[in-house]
Amino acid sequence: MKAHLTRRYIFSASHRLHCDELSPDENRAVYGKCNNPHGHGHNYALEVTVSGQVDPSTGMVCNLAALDEAVQREVLERFDHVNLNVRPEFTSEVPTTENLSEVIFNILRQSFSSAHLEKVRLEETAMNSFEYVGGAELRT
Amino acid sequence: MVYLTRKCEFSASHYYHNPEFTEEENKRVFGKCANLNGHGHNYTLEVTVKGEVDPKTGFVVDLKSLKDVLNREVIDAFDHRHLNKEVPEFATQIPTTENLAIAVWNRLQKHFQVAELHRVRVYELPDLFVDFYGEA
Repeated sequence: MKAHLTRRYIFSASHRLHCDELSPDENRAVYGKCNNPHGHGHNYALEVTVSGQVDPSTGMVCNLAALDEAVQREVLERFDHVNLNVRPEFTSEVPTTENLSEVIFNILRQSFSSAHLEKVRLEETAMNSFEYVGGAELRT
Repeated sequence: MVYLTRKCEFSASHYYHNPEFTEEENKRVFGKCANLNGHGHNYTLEVTVKGEVDPKTGFVVDLKSLKDVLNREVIDAFDHRHLNKEVPEFATQIPTTENLAIAVWNRLQKHFQVAELHRVRVYELPDLFVDFYGEA
């Protein structure tokens, strides 16, 4: 039997949305307050969904402690309480939550192999959330 | 096609233990969950059914029937009970959230003829849930 397991994590980070290829006026027009020069921050909620066959001997898709450890090491230690703009992942990309979702998905796909990574869902605020499923269609 | 989701809650105790494992293996694999005195959770269950809207009633499914089935098959069986000791499925399976979602699916599936069971979601904690879509 195949099941999907989702775990939720919280981290806090700052960012500024700014594109060097746009003029200052264009940046302000596109990004609004998010273009303010000194940046701002969010409490992000990250939901990681993995899937796989339920192991009859454990009743589990994967060891939850292993998933927590991978997310802690690869995502939370990288992005919690940092300025996303100075991270190497965002030297050439704007740290929008769209891009952050893709970055986190790709990091976890490489670093966690105990179950199939299905989806990353990222809430930037309680009002905005973004989902990335590795380019696939989102499942209802 | 419209998807309808009904939410309900139940509280239950459980522990994780595989009799084929040594005590050391049980502790290593299941951690604190292997404590044989058990522990408990407030579970939240979300059941999603899908179907065409009946033009006469405007319903995908009769919500009262759905509530009755949920109460009879899940709440009466699981709420304020010890899953390992009181729920037949868990005499032989470990009552993980994965297996709970599968057990709920199996209990509900036979009751849907017009609408179709789409997804069972079980929250063990606000930050941990399992989805089961009936996939082999």
